[in-house]
Amino acid sequence: MERLFSIEEVQRLQKTLSEARNPQRLRVRICMTGCRAYGAVEIRDAFKAMIDEKGLTTKVDLLETGCHGFCARAPVVAIDPHGFFYQQISPRDVPQIVQTSLIEGKPVEKLLYTHPQTGEPVALEKDVPFYREQMKIVLRNCGQIDPTRIEDYIARDGYLPLAKVLSSMSPEEVIGEVVRSGLRGRGGAGFPTGNKWKFARNAQGDVKYIICNADEGDPGAFMDRAVLEGDPHTVLEGMLIAAYAIGAPKGYVYVRAEYPIAVTHIKKAVADAKAMGLLGQKILGTHFNFEVKIKEGAGAFVCGEETALIASIEGRRGMPRTRPPFPAIAGLWGKPTNINNVETFANIPPIIHKGGSWYASLGTEKSKGTKIFALAGKINNTGLVEVPMGITLERIIFDIGGGIPGGKKFKAAQTGGPSGGCIPSSLLNLPIDYDSLTAAGAIMGSGGLIITDENTCMVDMAKFFLTFTQSESCGRCVPCRLGTKRMLEILQRITEGTGELSDLETLKELAPMIKDTSLCGLGQTTPNPVLTTLNYFLDEYKAHIEEKRCPAGVCKALIRYQIDPETCTGCGVCRKACPQKAISGKAKEPHTLDQALCIKCAICYNECKFDAIKII
Amino acid sequence: MNEIKLSIDNREITVPQNFTVLQAAERAGVKIPTLCHLQELTPCSGCRICLVEVEGARSLVTACSYPVAAGIKVKTHTERVLKARRLVMELILSDHPLDCMTCEKTGSCKLQDLAYEMGLTGSRIKGEQHHYPLDLSNPFIVRDYNKCILCERCIRICDEIQGSMAIDYAHRGFNTKVSVPYHRSLTESDCVFCGQCVSVCPVGALTERSRMGKGREWEFQKVKTICSYCGVGCTLVLNMKDGEIVRVTSDREAGINHGNMCVKGRFGFDYVHSPDRLTEPLIKENGNFRKASWDEALDRVASGLKKVKEKHGPDAIGVLVSAKCTNEENYLLQKMARAALGTNNVDHCARL
Amino acid sequence: MAEILDLSRLDNLFEEHQGEDGALIPVLQEAQNIYGYLPEEVLRCISQKLKVPLSKIYGVVTFYAQFYLDPRGRHVIKSCQGTACHVRGAKGVLESLIRELKVKPGGTTADLNFSLETVACVGTCFLAPVMMIDKDYHSKLTPKRAVDVLKKYSQKPEREEA
Repeated sequence: MERLFSIEEVQRLQKTLSEARNPQRLRVRICMTGCRAYGAVEIRDAFKAMIDEKGLTTKVDLLETGCHGFCARAPVVAIDPHGFFYQQISPRDVPQIVQTSLIEGKPVEKLLYTHPQTGEPVALEKDVPFYREQMKIVLRNCGQIDPTRIEDYIARDGYLPLAKVLSSMSPEEVIGEVVRSGLRGRGGAGFPTGNKWKFARNAQGDVKYIICNADEGDPGAFMDRAVLEGDPHTVLEGMLIAAYAIGAPKGYVYVRAEYPIAVTHIKKAVADAKAMGLLGQKILGTHFNFEVKIKEGAGAFVCGEETALIASIEGRRGMPRTRPPFPAIAGLWGKPTNINNVETFANIPPIIHKGGSWYASLGTEKSKGTKIFALAGKINNTGLVEVPMGITLERIIFDIGGGIPGGKKFKAAQTGGPSGGCIPSSLLNLPIDYDSLTAAGAIMGSGGLIITDENTCMVDMAKFFLTFTQSESCGRCVPCRLGTKRMLEILQRITEGTGELSDLETLKELAPMIKDTSLCGLGQTTPNPVLTTLNYFLDEYKAHIEEKRCPAGVCKALIRYQIDPETCTGCGVCRKACPQKAISGKAKEPHTLDQALCIKCAICYNECKFDAIKII
Repeated sequence: MNEIKLSIDNREITVPQNFTVLQAAERAGVKIPTLCHLQELTPCSGCRICLVEVEGARSLVTACSYPVAAGIKVKTHTERVLKARRLVMELILSDHPLDCMTCEKTGSCKLQDLAYEMGLTGSRIKGEQHHYPLDLSNPFIVRDYNKCILCERCIRICDEIQGSMAIDYAHRGFNTKVSVPYHRSLTESDCVFCGQCVSVCPVGALTERSRMGKGREWEFQKVKTICSYCGVGCTLVLNMKDGEIVRVTSDREAGINHGNMCVKGRFGFDYVHSPDRLTEPLIKENGNFRKASWDEALDRVASGLKKVKEKHGPDAIGVLVSAKCTNEENYLLQKMARAALGTNNVDHCARL
Repeated sequence: MAEILDLSRLDNLFEEHQGEDGALIPVLQEAQNIYGYLPEEVLRCISQKLKVPLSKIYGVVTFYAQFYLDPRGRHVIKSCQGTACHVRGAKGVLESLIRELKVKPGGTTADLNFSLETVACVGTCFLAPVMMIDKDYHSKLTPKRAVDVLKKYSQKPEREEA
């Protein structure tokens, strides 16, 4: 890796690398991040061995990429230049792929994705409905390049935006471009990024800091992980441009320790960029200096809050402090500090490259560009999708997400993680952007989208989120420490069948008050799941309280398991699996369940192949 | 400092631009209740009692920390504000023992006063309460964390003024607790028993052990005096009941110490009532002490010193002065040593 | 505690982080990697070397979920209770683990083989419900499958030393 001493050198290198990248060359792209849990390592090894065996080593590039997005179909592999897409493959399938696709240039039909509507196999990646509807700006490189190779990034226009900024733009012009793009913070609150930079630029301070918030804590959101794992340089370049615009010589990436691959990749990216003179002192021979350090989080959701994150980097308890002063004025070690999250920074290089006006042409009036959503829960196509702002929930869930598994009915989508709210089916046509979600009582948050179906109890869901936020409350302010605790206790009573109607009134009194009085964003948004479920699913609360019934069949205290003698075949699986020995019966005769012994662990329910265990 | 104009409850007021809303309100004569606030400490804004409405702000803000700005409009007693403060109080009270009948703090408890002002006898919202054991493991400070409202005053004064850094929050969420490492006794920590934490605790979580069961706040006769331990001359307030000191407090508005004290001044008063304490001059004769009058005793000292001076010269005499004396007293004593006794052998216990 | 700790294993750490602002948390993380948990002697040593009062260190250690004051099991189970896992039945999985191991989350089995923990999301929602044992992911669990998975780890005699 050679050090680059001037802006022209990086431009020249980019040109060379880009030209050397023959689009007609055979390439195997294997996701080595998310798919690892499904055996991607073994598949890569199988490819390697097979390619060697067939003497294709010099003809085929085996690319270990980041996430392709379609996690539900893991492990996934794509073959270029044809664009074949293979899913849920095993090492056993590799010889056939090598023979048929790499040598003969044809798709292996049995490994292709089946179109859910037509039932036809889909050969090409770009034709898979999951991909077809997406618009990849932030994820443009994820799944396309080897994230550990800086050359791959540079070949795809990487570090050209930095060169452009350093050679032809003043810091004010950079900020102007970001303002023009209309980019809003992707971490949750949606504050206009350009304005934030302006504050930090104008703040007085001998030293200023840039922090990349990669402490992705929302349960159900994993886009920052995917970007850091799959394209770390785009984040780094975003930080570099921000540092230039604000005048910050130092930066930190605060990354969740639970993301070991992300940590490794960003560390490698920092080291490589430094070795090439793209980071450090006298970057590309200019007077611009910027150093980056990686800090690993230690497991506290509240550290996603700016001031708590700063406290954590300073080595203290991650307790938010009151604002103002805002970090832009007095942040890390009391110095002006600009904090953006991973996805926000990753948007910066394309904005500079193609211009703010281009970016502003995408999305809705007040929410520009694209947003990544992490689809999870009761949905067929779990995974990451990047779509233009303003797309409807329905298109995300049904066209891209493939709908609800098992023919179940869609119930609600939870956006914004534990700080967000649920959107019921009546709002499926809602064009998604910051403002429409807020108006619906939810928030954009970091982009987690958890889909629930008819078997999800919304009271239990609200209780789940509150349990989480309550346990993650830093404990400093009264409304969050005690208010959310009291709300949780009420929800516990309701799900246990001891709730009263007056409890709903108390919830309705506490929730807005906690929003209005809490010290930080955590407390201010914690009541959202309760408020939205109360708003859209009041009947379900009432069923728990008045009829002592959980309509979705989830709340343990309110349900019983029973074996349907008509359906039971007497196979004995449930009897053997029951940890309480509560099930008895002779082989091939209908079994019975002793309610006195049953602890409602649901093991029998899950194990029964004949759906003979009923929830009543 | 530049001054700026703002409005509080529709009244225009001019204050220095580094003021908080709370300071501005004080100047305007508008009372905003507080619990965790203490002017000399960095605001933690945890209790949320001083919430006010600032026009244009998304949520309510804490007056103790919110900086004034030109032209802002602050409302301190709107329905929204009063309702919020009341609910915050109810939440605090929902995890409080409400045992005011026997609580030592009754009568000087900020929480009790606020509940009284708001007409709250407790909380409508019931739920789990903490049941920590009472900590009586040291001779000076009683710790009852069931009464703690986590206002952080003790932590902040220990960190910011005392510099002992003996305590901090441990755990988080509902389980957050002020603690020394490993929840041990204060005696096993960096605590120097200055009792600063006790002096700022707004509730009955930290109290002086000496006062336990010794009477109610309003029964104490408060006697302002100067500490006799060292020459700093801290102002103390002796809390007397039936002629006996039950505890020593301080006044944050008075004295050169502004309410700060050390372990000796705050807790070292038992000697006052000690039966072993010297109350009149004693003269030793044939190995035994006998009582004497002041005149006799002083005469004896004077003649003794004279004798030594005549026999061995003035330099055989040394004068040791005490840190317990004031500067003026020390000055006088060295003057006597040099002018009357004729010796330069003057030293001071603080040098030893 | 009977075992004698070799505190000199911390020396490199202090050298590496010398003079660094905000070194406490990385030092604690690396110390925990060395010892498996954070014994009191280690915290006292860190307090002395970094000149951070022990009270503050204790506050930090009890604040962050990542730090442990007690020895851990040979295998650490992280049962994900994130939203996606919750919706797909993570609670049943956890309850079944609790029954099988007879420890609550945060606890360690008497034979020191397993520590059971919950985690808010491991960012692999497509595997839900998921648990991690050491560095392995176990996906799409049911209450029964989770217990079956444990058996693989129960037989291994010793964890290789870090």
